[in-house]
Amino acid sequence: MPKVHFTPHLLRHLDCENRQVEGDTIGACLENAFRGQEQLRAYILDDQGRVRRHVMIFHNGRSMQNRNLLSQSVTETDELFVMQALSGG
Amino acid sequence: MSSQILVATRKGLLTVHAGANGNWQAKKMHFLGQPVSFVLAHPDGPWYAALDLGHFGAKLHRSEDQGENWEELPAPAFPEQDPATSEAEKEAKEEAPSVEKIWCLTPGPGEELWAGCIPAGLFHSNDGGRSWTWKRSLWDVPERQEWFGGGYDHAGIHSILVDPRNSAHLLVAISVGGVWQSLDSGTSFQLIGQGMRAAYVPPERSQDPAIQDPHCVVRSPQDPDRLWMQHHNGIFHSRDNGQHWTESEDVRPSNFGFAVAVDPNNSERAWFVPAMLDECRIPVDGRLVVNRTSDGGTSFETLNGGLPDQFAYDLVYRHALDISQDGRFLAFGSTTGGLWLSDDGGEHWTTVHQNLPPIYALRFVP
Repeated sequence: MPKVHFTPHLLRHLDCENRQVEGDTIGACLENAFRGQEQLRAYILDDQGRVRRHVMIFHNGRSMQNRNLLSQSVTETDELFVMQALSGG
Repeated sequence: MSSQILVATRKGLLTVHAGANGNWQAKKMHFLGQPVSFVLAHPDGPWYAALDLGHFGAKLHRSEDQGENWEELPAPAFPEQDPATSEAEKEAKEEAPSVEKIWCLTPGPGEELWAGCIPAGLFHSNDGGRSWTWKRSLWDVPERQEWFGGGYDHAGIHSILVDPRNSAHLLVAISVGGVWQSLDSGTSFQLIGQGMRAAYVPPERSQDPAIQDPHCVVRSPQDPDRLWMQHHNGIFHSRDNGQHWTESEDVRPSNFGFAVAVDPNNSERAWFVPAMLDECRIPVDGRLVVNRTSDGGTSFETLNGGLPDQFAYDLVYRHALDISQDGRFLAFGSTTGGLWLSDDGGEHWTTVHQNLPPIYALRFVP
């Protein structure tokens, strides 16, 4: 099953251990990762289900930044990293 | 008597207490490192903190025990549009709104709570913020096509006034989108506000209520029809619950600012913190002052006792000036991390702190 890793920055807000989930797209994997922890969804996706502007998803080490990001295919051995974009202040 | 102030800052929520000797001191920072866009000390006891996490969105927390423990509640959110299939639908979905900031929270009767956001969504809760309903009627008004952001990418709702005589009667002020009234708890809205003047649009549009930029609106507890407004280019007041507004003339050193507070015991007395319009946004001549009117906006006294006289760059945001429920204390906080308090109507100010993070909002605990 694909594995989803979450940035440790999220840990200050809520419990979100890395997890292996079912899913054949990035969106499906994230939906399954949110299952049982609906609060996590609003940290990663905005009201419209889009990846938040300052959240980055890496798919097998490649950053994914296009409008069809959530429909990208994943395979059983793939890894997703949910990171925060760098910003200061 | 109020003895506690909640201060929403860029780096957390600070509690400030009055000590036995009358000195006010910072006590504890909650949500350390996290921007707090607004704070509400509910008259019935709960505290609400709106977080603006940037990367991870707008969040809402509630405490039932004066900040000992916080519970995260669902934040107000626009409903998700149906999945897009056509290109046109995909574009529409990309443009669909998402709450970026909870800009104000206003209690109604019982467990009712109102939230105003950027973009300018109005949300209502019947259960103390545990669930929210979007009041779409305000979003759907045709005038929204002309709303625009004042300092932000989108227009936003910063003032929600619930009429204490009839909680179904709301007043909502939008930067930049005028003042709106609902007589049916937000089911429908009417644009109101004759008499305001906008200096930032072509002259033929300057009187148009739809294009006004009220920076902050407050209601007199003593006379609920009496409202005070700091507008983008003037100080206005109303005697008929916002239907008509009168501008105060010749306000020195400036009629620009964000914050306003009204005396709970005297509807004709109000305070403002002027700044240089518009590009500069610092105290005029670097001298931090508070303007007070005691005659219903006809004249103003400029007060500076205890405030910096020169080289001050403190801007006071719209929610960062407050007066205690009994009218005994005033406090304001600045973008430069200064926090000042007065116990004599603003004649003299005591520096509570000079090194806080930028202050977004502050509220006395009732």
